Amino acid sequence: MLLGFESLVAVRFLREGRMQTLLIIVGVAAGVAVVAYISALISGLQRNTIEKTLGAQAHVTLSPLDERVLVAPAPPGAAVRKLEQTQARAQRPRSIDNWQRLLPELEALPQVAAVSPMVSAAGLAVRGEASRAIALMGVELERYDRIVQLRSKVVAGTARLGPGEGIVGRELAQDLGVQVGDRIGIVTDGVEDALRITALVDLGVRDLNRRTVIVPLRTAQSLVGLPGSATGLDLALVDIWAAQGLADDLAARWPYKAESWQQANAQLVSALNAQSVSTSVIRGVVMVVVVLGIASVLVVSVVQKQREIGILRAMGATRGQVLRVFLLQGVIVGAVGSALGVLLAIALIGLFTHFVRGSDGLPLFSITLEAGLALRIAALATVCGLLAAVAPARRAARLDPAQAIRL
Amino acid sequence: MSASTMTPQPPPLLELQAVCKRYNVGRPNETEVLHGVSFNIARGELVALIGPSGSGKSTLLNILGLLERMTSGSYRINGEEMVGTDDDALTLRRRTTLGFVFQFHHLLPAFTALENVTLPALMREGRVTARERERASAMLDAVGLGHAMHKRPGELSGGMQQRVAIARAMVLEPPMVLADEPTGNLDTASSDEVFALMRRMHAERSTSFLVVTHDPRLAARCDRVLELVDGRLVRDQASGPGIA
Repeated sequence: MLLGFESLVAVRFLREGRMQTLLIIVGVAAGVAVVAYISALISGLQRNTIEKTLGAQAHVTLSPLDERVLVAPAPPGAAVRKLEQTQARAQRPRSIDNWQRLLPELEALPQVAAVSPMVSAAGLAVRGEASRAIALMGVELERYDRIVQLRSKVVAGTARLGPGEGIVGRELAQDLGVQVGDRIGIVTDGVEDALRITALVDLGVRDLNRRTVIVPLRTAQSLVGLPGSATGLDLALVDIWAAQGLADDLAARWPYKAESWQQANAQLVSALNAQSVSTSVIRGVVMVVVVLGIASVLVVSVVQKQREIGILRAMGATRGQVLRVFLLQGVIVGAVGSALGVLLAIALIGLFTHFVRGSDGLPLFSITLEAGLALRIAALATVCGLLAAVAPARRAARLDPAQAIRL
Repeated sequence: MSASTMTPQPPPLLELQAVCKRYNVGRPNETEVLHGVSFNIARGELVALIGPSGSGKSTLLNILGLLERMTSGSYRINGEEMVGTDDDALTLRRRTTLGFVFQFHHLLPAFTALENVTLPALMREGRVTARERERASAMLDAVGLGHAMHKRPGELSGGMQQRVAIARAMVLEPPMVLADEPTGNLDTASSDEVFALMRRMHAERSTSFLVVTHDPRLAARCDRVLELVDGRLVRDQASGPGIA
């Protein structure tokens, strides 16, 4: 049997030092539980934050390049003084050139899950005496639904965008005092139109709910005076973390401005990165503590077991066998501690989900310990156990058997 | 020339020549504890090694047991030189050729008597076969401990522990057993019992024994006595009355 002698002696040595073994296994379990719980918590928190942020946002947005003022060059050899102060040009709504041809090309990209044309502009929503500044979005409902899952965000009415129909944010409807079926006026750049509200949506962010008006693409084209246009193309990706790479590729390939969700939410991404780094630091420190804990217990064990090691060596155990006895002890402590630690983490997650709830009585966010993550952490702790045992095991293997027996 | 003179004589089981052992070599406190000790032990001999405390008996036993290296000299087992052999090879040689019995029994406390006796097989094969288990049980029966094989050392008397140690030393049937004051920690009755057991094992299995002892009664019951004084072998004679 592979390592039959080593594993039997390792297990017996651990069983013999009962309290010592129990304490270090509890220590490893606590360390693994902390690492697993924090990892699950932070990944749940980040996933929730990203989901909320991207709930009303495309992963990549294509739009026309910004218009820039070009400075006329001075005539060659002219004795002129160069004035370099230029004022940035105000950006007006413009269409993406050839967007109808671009659409199928984007849809054919393997990273892209959905593409939706959009006409966006600022405007006012008017109802009687009340008026509110709005962000007007003209979309094709079926396509846009695949970008932000709009239908899942409907809180009243039925999402429908026929001619003369619109969908508005929940808070905007409250501010204007309207509900599903009511009509509101829309004003953009001096053009007016009227809409019948078919649905109210909750986009997950109160400010967005207060500004959003979604209308059919054609309606928006008329309102901004760009018939047949699209001021932007929204892309949803299969993997949200591929957004930056794809945006860079698209910007390099075509003369459009490509912005990833990471660029649009730079502060959020920085915060998430800082959070990830902090989590990694905590994990690292905990693992170092686990390694030191196992190592210190095994060092003590080597001292306590000197005579037994001497007997085993006298009976014919090789240095390699003694080395493996102590390495196995580290692995066993790491593995058993990991298994208990993962169970403890699952219990902690259960407690968090049960007791920590928002003002609406629902859990703050979904937190789960994925099997893959649990296995990775358990494997890491087991490897840490092995590494922690290296120094004590080498010490045990180097013991002079004659001296050890005399002790 | 007769046929018997044509047959080459097998080498002695153990053969020591001019063995010196110095500690702290090259330091101001350098000490030589063995000064050119030479003797042979043949197969099937029961030899007592006596001498006052500090005479170098334990050091000599450690060298014979391949647990310690000599400073100079020659040590052959079955004609094979041990000087210059690497540590792993010495360990394997120890495993196959030598059995040990120590003064303080030195059983592994976490293992039962039977497990202690099966340890050498487990160490060698990585597992204990039914045959090995039977052999260990038979060995415990032979030392009169068939009834106590599932007890741990802490549950056995000193004499019983020493009998388990003898069973463990002999289970793989090594040609040589080295016993370091095996009765030194026992009362007279247990001491006699343990020595009688060793004699019986020696007689039944032709195993060679080198027994370090302070007890002249036991030395007198061996085939041959070696006496070490101040690191020198001062006597090497067949045993009999007058050993003291």
